[in-house]
Order: sequence, then structure tokens, then C-alpha cells
Amino acid sequence: MSIIEVRDLNLYYGQHQALHNINMEIEANSITAFIGPSGCGKSTFLRTLNRMNDMIQGVRIDGSVKVVGEDIYESRVDVEILRKNIGMVFQQPNPFPKSIYENITFGPRLHGITDRNKLDEIVESSLKAAALWGEVKDVLKKPAYGLSGGQQQRLCIARALAVNPQILLMDEPTSALDPISTAKIEELLDELKTTYTIVIVTHNMQQAARISDKTAFFLNGELVEFDSTPVIFQNPCDKRTEDYITGRFG
Amino acid sequence: MSAGNLTRRKIYDRASRVVFLLATLLGVAALGILLYRILSDGLGWLDWQFISSFASRFPEKAGILSALFGSLWIIGITAPVAFILGIGTALYLEEYAKKGWFTNLIQVNINNLAGVPSIVFGILGLGLFVEGFLFGRTILSGALTMALLVLPIIVVASQEAIRSVPQHLRNASYALGASKWQTIRGVVIPAAFPSILTGFILALSRAIGETAPLIVVGAVTFIAFVPSSPLDQFTVLPIQIYSWTSKPQDEFRAIAAAGIIVLLIVLFTLNATAVYLRNKYQKRY
Repeated sequence: MSIIEVRDLNLYYGQHQALHNINMEIEANSITAFIGPSGCGKSTFLRTLNRMNDMIQGVRIDGSVKVVGEDIYESRVDVEILRKNIGMVFQQPNPFPKSIYENITFGPRLHGITDRNKLDEIVESSLKAAALWGEVKDVLKKPAYGLSGGQQQRLCIARALAVNPQILLMDEPTSALDPISTAKIEELLDELKTTYTIVIVTHNMQQAARISDKTAFFLNGELVEFDSTPVIFQNPCDKRTEDYITGRFG
Repeated sequence: MSAGNLTRRKIYDRASRVVFLLATLLGVAALGILLYRILSDGLGWLDWQFISSFASRFPEKAGILSALFGSLWIIGITAPVAFILGIGTALYLEEYAKKGWFTNLIQVNINNLAGVPSIVFGILGLGLFVEGFLFGRTILSGALTMALLVLPIIVVASQEAIRSVPQHLRNASYALGASKWQTIRGVVIPAAFPSILTGFILALSRAIGETAPLIVVGAVTFIAFVPSSPLDQFTVLPIQIYSWTSKPQDEFRAIAAAGIIVLLIVLFTLNATAVYLRNKYQKRY
């Protein structure tokens, strides 16, 4: 079952067209990786899926993006609820300058949960889901900035999970991390996909090959090829995909 | 050749250190001399009688009570008005307003206003509050004039503070489904607050020391009662001090020094509060 359906999507920054006629279906409970050289539009496309592009002045979109059957660009859609359902993790770990506990409860509080016990429960379950509970359970009141980069990124994942989303968008979540932290997060993603649908932008082709079920290759704002990961990496149809995969450019 | 060059570089290196040290010491020395002279002149006159008495033409009876309360009244009204208007403006310009020629125009205006001489604000206050709104020559007129005077400073400082909150923190909040106001309240204001507070207190310190606009608005130099409402007449510390220094008797110069000590104590208290609050909020997370 496809949880995200993109039809004929075009995106413009002012006069400049950044995405050309994208069509894509993303299946639930899978990991989909977006690869491509810098500036190819993969992150821009990721941000259309939870309307984070709304924040940028001069962005215009046509085409449709359906999430669970509903077009998210229709005027009656509530962006806040949309973003609650579609979590996002960014390239740089960006915890709030608050305690670990407050970082996790920030989201649930936004959406009206104030009961102390309920919040405690959410903190524990989110941190467990992000494989961070064991490391921080005794220092929940300490500042999040005291954690290592890899721990901070897992905290950000836990924070995103705390509002109970269906989909998790990740924009190069490991590119600022060391190999060991990266491995931990990759392992974590594999567990998370049983509950969530994960879409990940990555610069690292090995990472896409290791963790994803399907891979999309973007170039100059176009979706060149989208297929199951083994096909993309071993038997791509398009010459440009093959050139990129084998390192002839990019 | 290269060795000679090296020696010269080292000489410059040491010389620059000495020059900068002297520059620093000069300022510190000036402050030290000022404090010493004021304290040695004024401390003898600074007693409870001085604090609790009204102005008088007899040196031994003269006191600062009405001016002290006048200053506290002015600050008490100026502070909340300038704070709310200042932060509101800064938040609007940074978080809500679309960048365009209109915002630019407002921005240039605010920056220019921050450099307008205070006497001009006095004349504005006279026209607007004293005569326009018919508030008369009262604390309210003076305080509102002061609020206008420090507003641009607070706006600019708050804007800087808000702008320095990293965009990625806002994104994190929006991505969790926060509305704009939730993001501003939950992320932007807490992160910017220590710097906003610093700018705010500095602006207030300036307001406490200002004289010219209040003279124009109509502060009086001789007030023999403690103001009890914003619609009372008033005087403030710097005006009282100025009026003492222009009296013929020598004793009044010492009394003026005592008044300056009181003014400095008020200022230092305010600054200390700012530092305390800033440290408290910075440690909060």
C-alpha cells in the first residue's frame, strides 16, 4: 500500500524551476532513499512532503502530493497536524537549548498533552524507540547540549517520534556524525521501519544501499530513476544512474 | 633581511599590547577619579535625612526624596511600555513581516531614530502627550516620552537577539507541528531572552540618566511632595542634581555629589538585576 503519492509535481523558487514533473509512490513501512549530487532537488523534494518549503518566501508548487489519500496542498489541510503526522530529522542535530526531558515533551505539549505521567511515559517510550534511553535515563534533566553529536541526533529522532507520526523524513541525518554513531542510527532505522515509513535523503550511496528498500535517483530537479534498491545499484536502467552509482560524476 | 623584519614585527607586537593596555587603563583611571571625587565630596552628606527629605533652599535640610521617587515612577512606567512595544515591534519585523521595501523603510527609520538627539524626543513628547493628549506636565507624559526615546534602542537590540536564534531551532519546532506563535513563544523568545534583557536594561539605564527631554516635557526642579499618581508633577534625579550644581552656596555642590551617588546606586542596582536575570535564564536549560 502506498502511503505517499506524488503526481506531476513542479516546484519553483521564483523564476527558477527546482523540481520537474516528479511522480512517485512510497510504500508504508519501508525505507526509501533519495540520492543524487548536491543541488539535484532531493532535499527540496523531501521538504515538499511535510510542507517545510512553505516557510521559504517565493516558493510555488503545482501538482499533487497525497498522504494517506489526502492532498496535503489543499487549503483545508491543517499544516500543524500534517507536520505532526510527518516528522522530520535534519542534517545538523538541532536539539532545543533545553533539558533532554523538555526536548522530548516539547512536541506533545504543543499538541495539548500536559499530564505529567503521560509525558513521562512518552519520554521513556520515545527514548527507548530511539535507542537512547539506556544512555540518558539518569540525566533527563541535564541540558541536551551536553550529549555527543550522535546522541543529539538520536535525541532529535526521539523528539520526532514523541508526537507519534506515521512518516519520518530524514534529511542527511548522519552526514554530521562519526562512523560509529552513523552505524547506530542505521541500525535504529531498520527497527523503526516496522512502525514508521521512512524517507531518507543521503549523500552516502553505501548508506542508501545498506538500509533502503527503494532508492530514487535525482538529477537537476528530475527524478531519473526510482526502483528497488538492488536494481538501482546493480542493474539501473538509465545511463545517468549508472554513471552516478559507479562514481563517474557527482 | 628576514631577521631584521622579524625584530621589527616583535617590537610592533609588544608596542601594540602596551598601547591597548594604556587605552584600557585611561578609561578605568577616569572612572576611578570620578568615583573618588564624588564619594569624597558626597558621602558626608549621604544620610537618612538626605534620602528622606524634600528639596530645600537650606543645604542642611535639602534631600532627594521627591527626585528619587520621581525617577522610580518614570522608570516604573517607561519600562513596561517600552518593553512590550519594543519586543512586539522586533518580533513583528523579524518573524512576521515579509521582507520588502516597506519593511526596509521601517527598519531604516528605526535605526535613524536610535540616533536622534533626546531633546527632539522631548519636543515630540511636549507636542504629543502634554498638549495633544492633554496629559499635562506629568509623570505620565514624561514616562511615555522616555519610552519613545528608548524604544528604537530596545527594538534594534531585540532584533539582533531574535536574528541570532539559529534557523534550525525554528525548523525543529515547525517540523513538530508547532504554529508560528508556539515557535516564537517556545523557542525564539527563550533563546533570545538573555540578549533582549541586556539591551533592555542598557536602554533603561540611559532613560534614568536623561535630563533634556524631561525638562522640555515639564519636570520641575522643586517638588516638595512624593508623587502619588502618574498624573502628578514630578522631578527626577538628574534634574535635581543639575539644579543643585547651579546653586550659589558651596554646600550644594557636595549635595549634588550625594545625589549622584544615589543615581549611581539606582543604576548599578538595575544593571546588577540584569546580569542576575541573564545568568539565571542562560542556565535554565
